[in-house]
Amino acid sequence: METDWIWGLVGGLLIGTGGAVYLLGNGRIMGASGILGGLVDGSGWPSWVERLVFILGVVIAPLVLWPLYSVEIDTHLTQDIWVVVIAGLLVGVGTRIANGCTSGHGVCGISRFSLRGIVATVFYILAGGLTLAIFRHVLGVI
Amino acid sequence: MRPLISLVAGALFGGGLFVSGMTDTRKVQGWLDVFGDWDPTLAFVMGGAILPMFVAWRFTKGRKPLAADSFPSLPRPELDHRLITGSVLFGMGWGLAGLCPGPALASITYGGIGGLVFLAAMITGMAFAPRVGSQLDRLAATA
Repeated sequence: METDWIWGLVGGLLIGTGGAVYLLGNGRIMGASGILGGLVDGSGWPSWVERLVFILGVVIAPLVLWPLYSVEIDTHLTQDIWVVVIAGLLVGVGTRIANGCTSGHGVCGISRFSLRGIVATVFYILAGGLTLAIFRHVLGVI
Repeated sequence: MRPLISLVAGALFGGGLFVSGMTDTRKVQGWLDVFGDWDPTLAFVMGGAILPMFVAWRFTKGRKPLAADSFPSLPRPELDHRLITGSVLFGMGWGLAGLCPGPALASITYGGIGGLVFLAAMITGMAFAPRVGSQLDRLAATA
C-alpha cells in the first residue's frame, strides 16, 4: 500500500519513544532479545518483574490498537514448520551471542553511533538478505 | 515506579511494531529481498525509531535516570567474534522467517500456531546460547 511508509514512520517513532522512556526512566537499553533472554538463561532474574511487565506491554498494545484497524491482521509466517523451528533457533542463539538484536543493536546502538551496534546491524542485514536470496531465488523453498 | 516505566515502554514498543507492519513477515522479508519486489517500509521504521533515541542519548549527558542510580555502562567499542558470529546467525534466522525477537513477542496473540512454535524455538535457542557461546570462544582461541 502507498501509505505503508507513513505507518512505518509513525510506528518507528513509537518504538523509539519506547526506547527513550526505558532509557531515561529505568536507565536501561531497550533490547527485546536481552529483556527476554535474561529471563531465559537466568542472568536477568534479579530484575524479572520489570522484564515480565515490559513483555506484557509489548503483547497487550497490539490488542488495544487492533479494533482501530479495518485491515486483516496476519503475520504471513511461512507454513513450513521446519523453517520456522530452524529460524527461531538461529534467532534465539544468534541474538544472545551477539548480545542484541534489531532493537538493541539497531535502534539503541545506531542512535548513539555505537560501532558495535552499526557493525552488528550490517552483518545481520547482509546475512538476512543473502539467506533470503539463496532460499527464495536459488533454492525456491521459502 | 520501574515496573510502570517498563509497562509504558513495552506498550510503546509493541504498539509501534504493530502499527508499522513489522510483525508482518512479508514486509520484513520484502525489505531484505533486494532481488524481488523490494519493500522500503523497514527503513522508515528504523529511521523513525532512531530519531527519539538520538534525542534521548543527548539527554542522558550530565543527568540521572528517573528511576535508577545511573545510565547503563556502555560496552567498549570493540569488535569480537561473538558480535559477528551471533549477528550472522541471527540474520540467517531473520531472513528465513522474517521475524526478530520484538515482533515475535508482539504477535503472540495473532501469530497462530506458527508464531508460538517460532517463539518456543527462539527461547530454546536463547537457553542454549551460553553453551554455544563458550564453544565459539574455544574455537576462536584455537583458530
